[in-house]
Amino acid sequence: MSQLICKNVALGYEGRIVAEQLNFEVNSGDYLCIVGENGTGKSTLMKALLHLKAPSSGEILMGDGLKAAEIGYLPQQTVVQKDFPASVWEIVLSGCLNRCGLRPFYSREEKQLARNNLKRLGIADLAKRCYRELSGGQQQRVLLARALCATKKMLLLDEPVTGLDPKAALDLYELIEQLNREDGITVIMVSHDIGAAVKYASHILHINRTPVFIGRKEDYVLSGIGFSTGGRKEVAAHE
Amino acid sequence: MNDILDTLRHYFSFPFVRYALVVGILIALCSSLLGVTLVLKRFSFIGDGLSHVAFGAIAVAAVFGLTNETVIVMPVTIIAAVLLLKRGQDTRIKGDASLAMLSVGALAIGYLLMNLFSKSSNVSGDVCSTLFGSTSILTLSMAEVWLSVIMSGVVVVVFLLFYHKIFAVTFDETFARATGTRTDIYNLIVAVITAVIIVLAMNLVGSLLISALIIFPALSAMRLFKNFRAVILCSVIISVIAAGSGIIISILASTPVGSTIVAIDIVVFILFYWLGKLMGGMGK
Repeated sequence: MSQLICKNVALGYEGRIVAEQLNFEVNSGDYLCIVGENGTGKSTLMKALLHLKAPSSGEILMGDGLKAAEIGYLPQQTVVQKDFPASVWEIVLSGCLNRCGLRPFYSREEKQLARNNLKRLGIADLAKRCYRELSGGQQQRVLLARALCATKKMLLLDEPVTGLDPKAALDLYELIEQLNREDGITVIMVSHDIGAAVKYASHILHINRTPVFIGRKEDYVLSGIGFSTGGRKEVAAHE
Repeated sequence: MNDILDTLRHYFSFPFVRYALVVGILIALCSSLLGVTLVLKRFSFIGDGLSHVAFGAIAVAAVFGLTNETVIVMPVTIIAAVLLLKRGQDTRIKGDASLAMLSVGALAIGYLLMNLFSKSSNVSGDVCSTLFGSTSILTLSMAEVWLSVIMSGVVVVVFLLFYHKIFAVTFDETFARATGTRTDIYNLIVAVITAVIIVLAMNLVGSLLISALIIFPALSAMRLFKNFRAVILCSVIISVIAAGSGIIISILASTPVGSTIVAIDIVVFILFYWLGKLMGGMGK
């Protein structure tokens, strides 16, 4: 059964449409990569999937018991965060906030959940460290642990390896793959790295204002769509 | 040394001096709580704008001859805070410009009204007192003392109840919103608390110096501490000590209360800045 269904969705700002005719479904356990050039509506689609922005037309439906607030989100880092005095523990725990409702403090179970997610991502020893002093790869793991506190089912990742060195980027990709394969978490990733998309994803959505391709990764590779823009070189680099 | 103690004992035998110390410390405590959030969310300018609005509102209250200004100043400032926050979210640049308009406008109209309609013989004294606090903290009525104490209590309780939400909204509003936190409500709470603090703090440091009271302790604490809770606790301690010692020094040296407190805050900031450089920051 589908966790997420986009029905003829169009997205835009103040009457200007940036992406349209988006029809696709995401099933439980899928690993969907949304690829495309800059300015083709990838990030806008991401915001719509997170219900941060209403579509201009069409609808986005949730299914299979997934609630809108149960999508774990790994955002691109903001300027504020680079200078923010917060410990890793405080940040990861804040992912549990949507479980609190009106209760002003975190329960023992929520703290345990945060602790488990720190262990799961191999950063338990960083819990007391200051976030802004960590390396880029460590910071992404912290934000991923926070996202996992907010969801058990689906992760949305917005250009997760931006600014990471190749080694850290590879580690992060492997970690995401592991979460998808071993824990069955549905992954939706926005990326301009077609090579990595082809290597890790199960499905590809290539958009350039309208969907150029939507379907299984194997068919995408055969179609050759992603390789007109230098993608082939990147694929080679990943193999 | 004994002379100083005797002088202090003499001064503290007056109830209004004791009230001033208690109210001053409470106000300092409240204003430092939200300082960290306002600085990190780049909202510090809203505090500045609001304090000018509050000045305008005081002028209007003076024109109507209200004895208890807070009745009119508090709601006006809260409404201004809510409006500014809404505008600021809609469009960044317009929000900035409208804030500048509102704050200088309120300042100018306020001064104009005070000059035109004031029944007092010492208009410039009144204006100076409103802008820089000077001695208003020592001339509080019993009603104002109680109001300050109750409102400070409310601010502290609300802050404690929403501490984790305020943290989440400050650190990453987008994530909080995406995972189902009503960020608009918490932004509103932050704006309303800010407005309340500004109205309270007008008595202590006057409307022009309020931003200093909110920002300096937070910036000092951020030099040394590296987790959110420690930064907030530290800025509360700095603010309370600066306010307490500032009030006592101003009594002994007959200096204006508000600027003495701010001067101490500045000294602490410079001290923490260098300590931070020296230590490269502490672990916890």
